[in-house]
Amino acid sequence: MKRHLVSAADLSRDDALLILDTAEELAQLSGRAVKKLPTLRGRTVVNLFFEDSTRTKTSFEVAEKRLSADVINFAAKGSSVSKGESLKDTALTLQAMGADAVVIRHHASGAPARLAQSDWLHGSVINAGDGTHEHPTQALLDALTMRRHLNPGLGNDLNGRRITIVGDVLHSRVARSNVLLLQTLGAQVTCVAPPTLLPVGIGSWPCEVSYDLDASLAKTDALMMLRVQRERMNAAFFPTEREYSRRYGMNGQRMAKLPEHAIVMHPGPMVRGMEITAEVADSPRCTAVEQVANGVSTRMAVLYLLLGGAVFNDGPSDAPRTETSEAAQ
Amino acid sequence: MTTPQTDIPRPPHQVLDGADISRVITRIAHEIVERAKGAEDVVLLGIHTRGVHLARRLHAKLIQITGREIPLGTLDITMYRDDLRLKPARALEHTEIPAGGIDGRLVILVDDVLFSGRTVRAALDALGDIGRPRAVQLAVLVDRGHRELPIRADYVGKNLPTSLREAVQVRLADADGQDAVLVGDRDYAARSSQALAAPTSPDPQISE
Repeated sequence: MKRHLVSAADLSRDDALLILDTAEELAQLSGRAVKKLPTLRGRTVVNLFFEDSTRTKTSFEVAEKRLSADVINFAAKGSSVSKGESLKDTALTLQAMGADAVVIRHHASGAPARLAQSDWLHGSVINAGDGTHEHPTQALLDALTMRRHLNPGLGNDLNGRRITIVGDVLHSRVARSNVLLLQTLGAQVTCVAPPTLLPVGIGSWPCEVSYDLDASLAKTDALMMLRVQRERMNAAFFPTEREYSRRYGMNGQRMAKLPEHAIVMHPGPMVRGMEITAEVADSPRCTAVEQVANGVSTRMAVLYLLLGGAVFNDGPSDAPRTETSEAAQ
Repeated sequence: MTTPQTDIPRPPHQVLDGADISRVITRIAHEIVERAKGAEDVVLLGIHTRGVHLARRLHAKLIQITGREIPLGTLDITMYRDDLRLKPARALEHTEIPAGGIDGRLVILVDDVLFSGRTVRAALDALGDIGRPRAVQLAVLVDRGHRELPIRADYVGKNLPTSLREAVQVRLADADGQDAVLVGDRDYAARSSQALAAPTSPDPQISE
């Protein structure tokens, strides 16, 4: 596996299955009285959140603490970032403090990639969502949830399964990561959205595109809802919420058209009434809450596999890590 | 003067065959029943990988002797190892604790080879997080010595005095197609925990 997890495209099929299998084993931990492993004792993980996030940040924090890592939460609001500090200077500061890994959420697409490619930080970089680009750990936890329901068992992939992703694909980092990862795992993906909520260049994604949700339902094994990201919408992307709900919202009637074994997924937070009716959200076929639990074990697996073993440098230099003097330069 | 033969690694030779291993397991099972006074509260936990196969055999034998179901589980100690930082992250094996748990029970850890004692140390740490057994005992097929921690086995199949230059290979039909214990020379640096940082890859068939 690579040292960083910036994009779902970084993961080979073997890497992805290793993460899913490890997550499956680590999921047992939540049923124990002592929900802790000593694996990352003495390692420092920084949660660097430039954007508000409650569930992803909490999920990472729980995962880090369960592996006994020292956790530092670095929120950009109210920090020196709001005083104008650059990403580079923030990274150099974290490096000087001895961060072994940085979990970064940034409003700009590509910020984690910049951090991973630079030599500002020697630790691992884990992308916890960048702009409208990617959110690889979310895709992994979604894949874990799908595998549990559709093809349970260690070492299994999602070969031949048909996954439909519905909603705001344009603003969704979850959609892109999911399309990439699901393709790696052998699934067939269809993105369903109004034309205005599809990104330019979706034709190059490894998925089919449709504007008609009803036509896709009968051949869907897992239906993945996306949140309509009002905070990112700076223009009118659809006429009214009512119309969106009528064409792309999930309700009881649509759920009845899904095959018996199909599941309805939602990354949360759910906007009830618009994207999804309470009837669907509260049904046993909706895996939204299960996805949250799977998020912790998936993130533990990623942290363990990136940080749990020996420290390897990607570059030609194999020199042991030392306190750098970069910060002082 | 050194003879040329001392520099040539000795090929592995067999010290236990299938019949020996079967006899040893039967003996250990009887010892367990005797020491645990009927083995009423015994829980067997096999340590991955070959400890699990041995625990299954011991389990079958104990059921045969006592006529009672004995809880059997498996334990992966990867996350508790003290050499995690010296090697690439390894895949986890399946830990399965029997439904009744281990609280107040006599847990018998089962492994193939007892060497430095570090695996058993990690297993004891793992047990501490899973529950609080009444007591913990250790059953091993081979004790080859060279302890690096104050740990000893309660049930030993065969004491096998070895030098650090030697490797002990346990082969079990379930994993390797045949039952045998072999001893032969090998590169000491590759396996000694004193030299764990050495970048050689360990032979997966060599235990501990």
